[in-house]
Order: sequence, then C-alpha cells, then structure tokens
Amino acid sequence: MITTVKTLLKSVREYKKVSLVTPVFMVLEALCECLIPFVMSKMLIGTAPLPQILTYGGIMIALAVLSLLSGIMGGRFAAKASCGFAKNLRHDLFYAVQKFSFKDVDTFSASSLVTRLTTDVTNVQQSYQMCLRIVIRVPILFIFSVVMSMSINWKLALVFVIIVPFLLGALILLMSKVMPFFRKIFKKYDAMNNSVQENVGGIRVVKSFVREDYEKQKFDKASREVKDDFTKAEKMIALTSPIMMFAMYTSSMLITFIGATLIIGTGTWDAVAGAVVGPLTPSQLSAVITYGVQMLSSMMMVSMIAVMMTMSIESANRIGEVINTVSDLTSPEQGETAVADGSVRFENVSFKYSEKANKNALENINLDIRSGETVGILGGTGSSKTTLIQLIPRLYDATEGTVYVGGKDVREYDLDTLRKEVSVVLQKNVLFSGTIKENLRWGDETADDEELIRVCKLAQAHEFITSFPDGYDTYIEQGGTNVSGGQKQRLCIARALLRKPKILILDDSTSAVDTKTDALIRMAFEKEIPGTTKIIIAQRVASVEKADKIVILDGGKIIACGKHDELLKTSDVYREIYEAQTKSTSDKGGDE
Amino acid sequence: MAVKPMGGKRGMPVPKGAIKKGTAKRLLHYVFHYNKGRMILVFLSLFLSAIGGLVSSVFMQINIDKVIVPGVQAGSFDAVAKKLALNLTIMGSVYVVSLIGTFLYNRIMAVVTQGVLYRLRKDMFENMQDLPIKYFDTHAHGEIMSSYTNDVDAVRQLVGQSIPTLFSSTLSLLVSVSVMLSYSFIMTAVFIAFVAGMFVIVKFVGGRSAKHMVAQQHSLAQEEGFVEEMIKGQKVVKVFTHEERAKEKFDLYNDALCRDATEAHVYGNILGPILKNMGDFVYVFLALTGGILLSTGIPNPSFGNVFTGSILPITLGMVIPFLGMSRRSTQAVNEMSQQVSMIAMGLAGASRVFTLMDEKPETDEGYVTLVHAEIDENGELTETQKRTGIWAWKHYHKADGTTTYTRLRGDIVMEQVDFGYVPEKQVLTDVSLYAKPGQQIAFVGATGAGKTTITNLINRFYDIADGKIRYDGININKIKKSDLRRSLGIVLQDTNLFTGTVMENIRYGRLDATDEECMESAKLANAHDFICRLPEGYQTMLTNNGSNLSQGQRQLLSIARAAVADAPAMILDEATSSIDTRTEALVQDGMYKLMQGRTVFVIAHRLSTVRKSNAIMVLDHGRIIERGTHEQLIEQKGVYYRLYTGAFELE
Repeated sequence: MITTVKTLLKSVREYKKVSLVTPVFMVLEALCECLIPFVMSKMLIGTAPLPQILTYGGIMIALAVLSLLSGIMGGRFAAKASCGFAKNLRHDLFYAVQKFSFKDVDTFSASSLVTRLTTDVTNVQQSYQMCLRIVIRVPILFIFSVVMSMSINWKLALVFVIIVPFLLGALILLMSKVMPFFRKIFKKYDAMNNSVQENVGGIRVVKSFVREDYEKQKFDKASREVKDDFTKAEKMIALTSPIMMFAMYTSSMLITFIGATLIIGTGTWDAVAGAVVGPLTPSQLSAVITYGVQMLSSMMMVSMIAVMMTMSIESANRIGEVINTVSDLTSPEQGETAVADGSVRFENVSFKYSEKANKNALENINLDIRSGETVGILGGTGSSKTTLIQLIPRLYDATEGTVYVGGKDVREYDLDTLRKEVSVVLQKNVLFSGTIKENLRWGDETADDEELIRVCKLAQAHEFITSFPDGYDTYIEQGGTNVSGGQKQRLCIARALLRKPKILILDDSTSAVDTKTDALIRMAFEKEIPGTTKIIIAQRVASVEKADKIVILDGGKIIACGKHDELLKTSDVYREIYEAQTKSTSDKGGDE
Repeated sequence: MAVKPMGGKRGMPVPKGAIKKGTAKRLLHYVFHYNKGRMILVFLSLFLSAIGGLVSSVFMQINIDKVIVPGVQAGSFDAVAKKLALNLTIMGSVYVVSLIGTFLYNRIMAVVTQGVLYRLRKDMFENMQDLPIKYFDTHAHGEIMSSYTNDVDAVRQLVGQSIPTLFSSTLSLLVSVSVMLSYSFIMTAVFIAFVAGMFVIVKFVGGRSAKHMVAQQHSLAQEEGFVEEMIKGQKVVKVFTHEERAKEKFDLYNDALCRDATEAHVYGNILGPILKNMGDFVYVFLALTGGILLSTGIPNPSFGNVFTGSILPITLGMVIPFLGMSRRSTQAVNEMSQQVSMIAMGLAGASRVFTLMDEKPETDEGYVTLVHAEIDENGELTETQKRTGIWAWKHYHKADGTTTYTRLRGDIVMEQVDFGYVPEKQVLTDVSLYAKPGQQIAFVGATGAGKTTITNLINRFYDIADGKIRYDGININKIKKSDLRRSLGIVLQDTNLFTGTVMENIRYGRLDATDEECMESAKLANAHDFICRLPEGYQTMLTNNGSNLSQGQRQLLSIARAAVADAPAMILDEATSSIDTRTEALVQDGMYKLMQGRTVFVIAHRLSTVRKSNAIMVLDHGRIIERGTHEQLIEQKGVYYRLYTGAFELE
C-alpha cells in the first residue's frame, strides 16, 4: 500500500508547489475557524455590551475575512493540485500503456485499462483533494480544541480523555468490520454490471433463444444480492452517526454537570457586572462544550475520510499496477539501427504465452527464409500461425531459441527500426477515426499523395477509394464501421506497404477479399516489391500456392515445409486441405 | 446490416438535453410508494434527531440562567441541585430519543435507498429485455451501461443523502426561524436578509460550478473516446510504432480536460468557505443589532410579546440564544447548498434511467403459439406436454371460437417484401422467396446487400414495411414473437457467450437439456474435442465473452448451443466464418446432420459453404438478382458465376 502511494505521488511533479501551498491555507482557515468561537464567546458579556461587540465583532469580521480568503485560496489551489495530479496520473498511465509489450496488452484487457484511466483516476483525485483540504485541518482542529478546552479548565477537559478513546475505539472497530465487507460487495456489484454488459452485447442471442425471462430472473437474483449486501453494509455504517452523537451528548451532559458544580462551588456573583466571576464562568463552560463538539466531529471526519480512502486504495492499486509494469520487452540501448536484408531465421524456437502454461504454443521451430522470398503459412485453428509470425517483429520474445532477421538476433535491434522494417498486417486489424489519408499515413507520416495512391493501387484499394464521394478524404468512423471488411483489409495492407518494409507479413489479411482481388494483390506484390520478403498466413491454399515455400503448422510444430508440388506428394495434411478446398469447386477453379 | 453500435463509452455520462418532465415526481414515487411507512418513520426520526441538537443549545442557556447563576447567587449547590438534576434528566431523555431517531433514520434510509435502487435497476432491466433489437442497434452500448452504473449511482446520492439532508436542514431552518421570530422581529429581518444573500451566492457560484461541470464531462467523454480507441487498437499502434504520436494527441485531450476540471472544482470548492464565513458575518451583524437594541432599549416586537400587547425591549437572555439559532440556521443553509450539485446530477441520472424505462417495448399482437404435438390414432394433431419432436402451431380463431393445430413444417414464404431500417433508406425491395420444408436456402451477396436483413425479418427482430411473410401458411405477424423465435435456431456471426461454464453456455439453447444432451450437441458441432482439452473441460469458466477461446472455438460453441435448442428451423449467419476450412469440413458433417429435416437459411461468405443448398439467392442492393441451385447459377454465367470463379468482388 505504501509503495503504491509512493508510486502515485511521483506523478504530482509540477503540482507539488500548489499541493504544498493548499494545506498552508487550510491551516490558516482552520485556525480562524478555531478562534472565531473563542472571540464569539467574548462578544456578549455584561449588560452594555455595545463597545465589546464592536471590538470583538471587528476582530471576528477580520478573522472571517481571513478565513474566507484562505478558504477560497485553499479551494483554488486544491482544485489545481488535484486536477493537475489527475492529469499527470492519466498521462503516466497512457504513456505506460504505450510502453506495453503485446504480452502486457494481453494481460490487461482494454476495458480494464480504460476504467483505470477514468474511474480509478477520478477516485484517486477525489481522495487526493480531500487529503489536501481536510486531512491537514482535522488534526489542527482537534489539537486546538484540546488545547483551548484544557486552558479553560483542565478538569472539565478530562471528560474528553474518557470519551475520545471510547469513540476512537468504536469507530475503528466498526470500520475494520465494514471495510472487508465492502470490498467483497464491490466485486459482486462489478459482476452484476458485467452481466448487464454481456446481456446488452448479446441481446440478439437472448432474443433468438427467447431467454428474456431467464435473463430477468438472473439479473433479479444478482441485483437482489447486491441490494441485500449493500443494505447490510450501510446499516453497519449507519451506526457511526449515533455513536458519534452518543459521545457528544454524553460529554456535554457530563461537562454541564461537572461545570455547574465547579462554578457554583468556586464562583461569586458580581452584581455590578451582572455576571459570575471565578475560575470558571458560564460562558467558558459553553465554550468548552463547543470545543468538545469540534473535537469529536473532527474525529468523525477522520473516520469518513478513512472510509473514502480505503475505497480508493483499490483504485490506487490498479493504477500503480499499470504504472509499475516493467515491460519485459524493451529496446536495447544503442540497438542496431539498420536491418541488412529481409532474411528470417528461426533457430530451435519454442514459445509459450505465460510461464504458467504447461504447453508450448510453438515447439522447436527451425525455419529459414531468404530475403525476397514469398512464404505461405497454413494450419488449422489454434495451430499457432499467428504466434509464429509475431516473433519476427518482436511483438513477443521467444521463450527458447533465437529469431534472426537480416542475420542478427532480433533482440539486438532497436525496436523501432525492427518494427519499421518488419511490417505486419494483423489479423484483428483496426482503422482509426480520421480520413483515409490520415489512416494510411500511420505507415509513413511524410508520404505524399502520389505515394499514397501508389500503395493503394498495389493493395487494390485505389479503385474503391476513388469511388467514394470524398475519395482519399473520406472519413473513417471509429473502428472502421463505414467500410466493408474487404475494404478495411485492403486499407490495412496499403498502410503497411507505406512503411516500405524489408519484410511484409500478412496475417490472414485477405480473408474478406475475393479470390480475384486476392490474386491481383499477390501479383502486384510480385511485380512491384520483389525484394521484400513476404510472409502470408492464409486459409486458402490458392493464396499461397505459388509461394517459394509453404509451411504447414499443426499444434505449434512445423509438420511440413516445401513448395506446392512437393507438398502435394509428401504431405498428407496438405493434400487433404488442398483437396477439401478444390474438390468442392470441382474443375471450375477457385475455392470460393 | 443493421446500424452497428459504436464502441462502449464508460465513465460519467455527458449531460445532454433537459431533464425529462416529471422526473422528480416519479423518483419520489419510487421512494415513497414502496416505503410509505418507512418514510414516515424516517421523517419522524429525523425530527427526533433534530430535536436533540435544538435542546442542547436551548438547555445550555437554561442551565446557565436558571441553575448556575441562581446557584452562584445563593452560594450553595444544594439549592439548585434538584433543578439541575431535573434539567439533566430532561436533556438525557431527549438525547436518548434523539439518538434512537438518528439510529433509526440512518438504518431505514439504508433500506429505502437500496430498495429504490434495486427497483430502478429491476424495472430498467426488465423493460430493456423487452425492447426491440432496433433499440440496441441504434444506441451505444456504453451509453446504456452508463445508466446502470453512473446514473443509478447519482440517484443513490440523491435519495440516500440529499433527501434526508434537505429535509433535516429545512426542518432546522424552519424551527430556528420560528424560534427567532419568538425572540425578535427586527433581528429576524436582518437574518433573513442575509440568508437571501446567501441563496443569491449559491445560485451564482453554484451555477458557475454546474456550467464548468458540464464542460468537464464533455472533455472527459472526449478523452475517454480517444483513450478507448487507442487502447483497443494498441497492437496496431505498436506495430506501426505510433506510440509517440498517440502520446502527443493524448496530451491535448488531457490538458483540455484538466483545464475544465480545474475550473469546475474551483467553483465547487469555494462555495463552502464563502457560505460558512457569510454565517460569521451574519453572527457579527446580529450581535451588533442585538447590542444596539440592548443599549437603546427600544421596543422589540416579537411573537413572544406582540399578542400580549406590551412590547418590551430585548434582553441579553434573548440575544444569546438568538445568535446560537442563527449559527445553526446558516449551517443548515450551507448543508443545503452542498446538495445542489448532487441533486442536479441525481435528477439528470434519474431522467436517463426513466428514459430507458420508457422506451417502447416490442409490440406483439401475435396469438398463434407453438406447442409440442403428437399424432393420435386418427391421424389428428393433438397438443401434448412431452417433447415429441413434432411441433404444431396452435391457432385460435376469434371468429368462431375454435382452435386449430397446424403442423410445423418449416414452409416459409416471403412475398414482395419491402423494408428499410429508416424510412428514408430502403434496404430490401420487392423480395419474394420460398423455402420448402427441409430445404436449405442460401443468401449470397456483398456486405450491405441485405442478407442479414432478411433473417432479421424472418424472426421479427424488425417488422416489414410492406409485403407478407408466411410460416406454414400463417402470417408471421399473427405468431407470438417468442414462439416464432423458439421455432428458429440461430447461429450468428458475432458470437456472444455469457459468463458461466462451458456447459451452462451450451445449455443456454435449452434450459432443461441434460448434461448428456449438451455433450451430444457439442460432439455434433465438433466442439467436444477442444472442450475436453480445456483445463476443466465442460466446467471451465468462460469470462469476457469467452476471451480465453479462439474466435473459431467460440463459433463452435455457439453452433453447439443452437444444436441443443433443437429448433425446427435454423438461420446460420456466417456461422463458420472464423473456422478454418479443415475444421469446417469436420463441422460440416455435424452441420449437415443438424440441418437434416429442417428448413435452414444460410448466409455464408465462403461459397463452398453454400454450394449444396437447394436454392441460392444472390442479393444486390436489397434485391434478389439471381436465384437457383448452384449448377443452375453456374450455367447462367451471371453474377454468381463471376463470384464463384473469382472474377467479381464479394465485398
């Protein structure tokens, strides 16, 4: 917990000054707040109090103005400090995510990262602001009240010595009971909301299977549980106020009794002033009670803060988790900044996604790809095709063995250099909101329009782009929902081509493109970028038939590798796939 | 294709539009209707609890004036001991009552608040389940979710905190003001003038705060949108080493958010200190007024004396408690002002919750129901409770009061159907087709050609604008929607699995299916093998829409789910798109078994999948442009032929 707080506090940075100034104003405000009742009690004594009122009223107004000013300044600085802190936290989180390796991205789901960047930061921001504004004030109010009441009459103040530990003990006991309970409930609450999300996302399934009533029951059960648990917890919390008031009432009655005895025992009546004189006066008695209330309510405040803090500790932990993630995949210092050629070599490579996995996703892979070759990769669902190619641009590091690009271990390259030269078109690809041009320029920011058109022609995208009314300036909606799957894939290919990589990897990137266009793309590659190594993962044999090398993967192992004709003779699996795809189309050609 | 919902947006909702009319009334109905007794108790308890505070300040003065001073004057404690004991007893009893009140209202309020939230959630969810698919297609899922989280949470604050606080503050303000009036009209007038000033300040500063709060929510939403897009595309960002650019852009959003948030918080933060110190000013001015009244000795009209006819000057014994009262009252105003933003947010939240609740549910005038049937010795269809594998449409005729049974065969006919998701844009034009019982009908065409739309119409996710759809000769508008859908098993392209075990997910198809039946279906869908390889087999928990499975595996599970449902007719919408061809060939066997004897509509991207269909419809821009068997269509050498030979682009 302390380490988390330390991590988070590092993000305060340029807001340190305002963060430190805030409590100063808050202290000032608290002091005024403490002095005001003191002055107040002096204001009305005697029968002709007008001059007194004017003097003390003047002091009180001065104090109130000071308190007002420091309150406003404190409020301003607290706002600046906490919002700035939140800004830095979000900044650090986002920057940390940018440093993530693929593995890290897998570990944290996208939605959980978004929550951390929003809700969790907001929680921490609120706690931080509370710390700055209240936490400093509370002990001051407490100490001041103790000192003042002691200075008025220490015997009376002894009452608090009994009451305060009782109140403190009761509050701590209560909190220690409620907190773990709350944490448990929040998990249930999250689960309930999660199930609503699933329901909304899967509403077609719900309705198709006519499961509305079933879902209603399911939700009712979950929300009833949440209700019951929350009610239970809040009933417990509901004890704080009565406990606090009990302490307050008890102490004020005790003080009244003891005070009355003391005053009557020691005081005398001053008929001229029309007031009681002696070591303890009635107005002092009421001042002690006022301070007592202040003392106890400051403790109450502490307990409320404790509640809020524990709630945001969870958020703080979740933020710290991201910021503290040290990517195990970092660019080496002074890594190689040039890739000699587009050759790729796997040497005894094995890989598993997590250390805990008992089975390797890739098992002892040996593969040699010469620069400029076209390589096809085939294999069933879950045969680790994607895993294999992700090791080339170091999206993941091999668990065992070495991957070489351009004759050097991939781990020796500067990461940016390597990924610039090894361009991957991912299977689950994404376009971003913005124009087509903007999207394409992800590949190369400096590319001019001719260059864009050239790669789009290569990827067979130029034609459909120009058919849009706005052409290359067509706005792509978030997630690329306004272009078809095939169009999206071709835009993604064009984007990758724009990088002018030495190695181009297509991970099932033409699955939604028809065979003819698919063939055209391959032909264009052949003609226009012959020097680029092309690695193509495909479902269709036709897509890789003419490759220099076809690799068949099964269960993370290479079970066959060779040219089309060889494989037809030597590999049963390949023949099976080939026949499954061509038989259905008999002699008409094309498998789709 | 229906309008695709945008990616989910979470976090605080962006306040938009005005608050729905009657929101406050309706929310109060939720609070009071189910909790009449409780709320009366709450108000009573609040009242009792407030008395405690009042008594403590009143008795302080009484004890000083009536006990201590006489005691000192008499010089003996015994003279006033009785009086003190009595006072303390009264105080003690009032305190006990007040404590009970505090305790009760806190506890009851916990019950009331959680009960209200439960009901809101329940009503919202239940109405949501009955909404047409159109609603989900046209509303961002994140926005819907935010009603369950942020909006309900805002209501919690409003009900649990603001309502009791408002009540008790108003109460203590009213009580104080009436006590004040009983002391002095003049001083009360001074006080009220100040309080009016406080309200003006609340309105001004609070208004500013609210304005910036809106701006803050807006930039928060914008930033969240950006973050969500970038993080969802994080892998692409990395592949293109686009991290630096993403950071730059993020900083722009982040800075804007910080600016707006700071403004909003500044105004929020300073309201408290301003009001608190206003209270001090009031105190001083009242003391001054009191002092002047005391020293000049001018008559002091009040409820205490105005009716007695003798208007006496004010006394110190009146000024001191009056000042105490004023302090309590300004505190009450301060507390009320702290609720302003909570109330605004709570009402906005409630308004959105009610908007979702008021969405019009799917209408269903259908009255023909689906029943299990058996054929008796006379060859007549009779209704039965057992699963016989024979289904019948139970058709009640209003005209003559008779009920007829029509055997479900899966004879589906569409006649000149026109349809558009929005009136301006027609998606289907003049579509006519028929599917004979047991036939397999395939739809082929580019994205947006209207394939999925046709299936959306058959199961009445959407209702047709013009034309007719008949199911076994019955107009589907006459069939109860739930029964119509039960008769159609559907496997969708976007697989949706639910949190739960693999077994539970398969059983979703038919809730009373046994484990064996679920496993049989899994075998049929060729999912059994991979399920057995999962760490805990059929008992493996799936979370996050089965994120621990591959897309292909998810599709196999959803096929198994449809298989266990064992519906007489099926719609397969790109059911095998993510399954590799080799596995598909294996699944195909199971699928053929599954399709045996059923009418099946298939939408597939891979033409190999639809080859064996009895009829293939080629759709283009919402029209059927070619129809026939594979062989016929190849022979025609039309669009299908070109698609098939790869000379034409599908997407």
